[in-house]
Amino acid sequence: MSDTSDQEQIVAEAKKFAAEEIRPFAADFEEQAAIPKDLIDKMAQKGYLSASFPKEWGGLGLDPVYYGLLTEEIGKACASTRGLITVHTSLVGEAIVRWGSREQKEKWLPLMTSGKKIACFALTEPLVGTDARSVQTTYRKEGAKYIINGSKKWITCGCIADYFLVVAGGEKGIGAFLVEREFGGITTTPIKGLLAGRAAHIAEIEFEDVEVPAENIIGKEGSGFTYVVNTALDHGRYSIAWGGIGIAGEALDNMVTYSRQRSQFGRKLYKHQLIQGIIGDAVTKTHAGRALCLRAGEMRRDGHPDAVMETTIAKYFTSKIAMEITIDAVQVHGGNGCYNRYPVERLFREAKILEIIEGTSQVQQEIISSFGLRRYYRV
Amino acid sequence: MELKDKIRKFIENNLVVFEDEAEFEDSDNIFEMGFVNSLFAMKLVNYIESEMGIQVANDDLEISNFNSVDRIAEFINTKGGGAPSQ
Repeated sequence: MSDTSDQEQIVAEAKKFAAEEIRPFAADFEEQAAIPKDLIDKMAQKGYLSASFPKEWGGLGLDPVYYGLLTEEIGKACASTRGLITVHTSLVGEAIVRWGSREQKEKWLPLMTSGKKIACFALTEPLVGTDARSVQTTYRKEGAKYIINGSKKWITCGCIADYFLVVAGGEKGIGAFLVEREFGGITTTPIKGLLAGRAAHIAEIEFEDVEVPAENIIGKEGSGFTYVVNTALDHGRYSIAWGGIGIAGEALDNMVTYSRQRSQFGRKLYKHQLIQGIIGDAVTKTHAGRALCLRAGEMRRDGHPDAVMETTIAKYFTSKIAMEITIDAVQVHGGNGCYNRYPVERLFREAKILEIIEGTSQVQQEIISSFGLRRYYRV
Repeated sequence: MELKDKIRKFIENNLVVFEDEAEFEDSDNIFEMGFVNSLFAMKLVNYIESEMGIQVANDDLEISNFNSVDRIAEFINTKGGGAPSQ
């Protein structure tokens, strides 16, 4: 792990990188429905595709707190670009770092670090979303290979991925397989008409008799959901929590700036008390959300037994306040807020996605409630 | 605190049922009894690694290693770990 000053420097550089290379072009990325390849290459060169990986595997070695702060900076500038980091680094990369064999790490992580191979997380299916244990994609063992069949949907970076961490069911239960595009039998189709994530290369994927070498299973047959999927989703939720703060913070910046520049009734918007109320709430919510994320990050760094729950709480809260703040940011902008020349229009759409992915807000509420009903019971 | 007491406390802190609904012996399968869920299994592995100073390998990922107080304690002892004194 890098020391603190090195990590602070990396996050500061990421902020500058986002300001110069990402934010000015975020609307264009949406228009073109793509994160440009040269941006992905630049991010790889900077180490942003492997920022949380141990240095042993070519990563920047950021601890969870600084990795979160880096995620915030990228997510503040462009949610789709943050989505790349969420799936490539947090969901797939961290699952391999945690549960991959030494041989698997040596084979895959350097290629993911360099950006030569992009990874996506193939869990959700046309008929299976929140109820992820019910995946209908199947595997069967044939000699030294697994044969995978099925469909996946809403897969971020599915169109450009070289590696697919596929969750499938079989005789021994759920397994997680690192499927390489070059194995053949894989068809990816871009999904158009999306509310948000329009640049995130979201795909529907078909696996037809895909032959996967036995050594590409992560963990063991039957342990895929309990360990690999839960680990991946835990890291994914942590990434989304910071993504929520990124959107909330960006909306706050835009709201404040607009209110100081725009005049109505002969005075700046910010001088109207009801606008001050909106800004006051947005500042408070953003600070509270960031505090939750930082606390979750510290607990993850320290191996605290409640780190998973605190991450869930942070994800639920920041996705909720990102939605609330972006709604208010559009309101402060008035008609301009409904126009795609103003970033708040995009932020408003992007915020909604965070309340759905990596576990809907309703599922998070159930989990948090279950925790609270036991932790805070007094007789 | 004894190893089994420490394990039991961790389980009790992560139940998916209320405390008074979760009476179990050290040998009882807490997954089959519905007292914990799959998320618990992941958290348990993290806990064992951070608190007991051992590394859980891929080959160890059998739920049978972690489905009772006895089995968890046996696993930790086999791996050479133990509860730090408090």
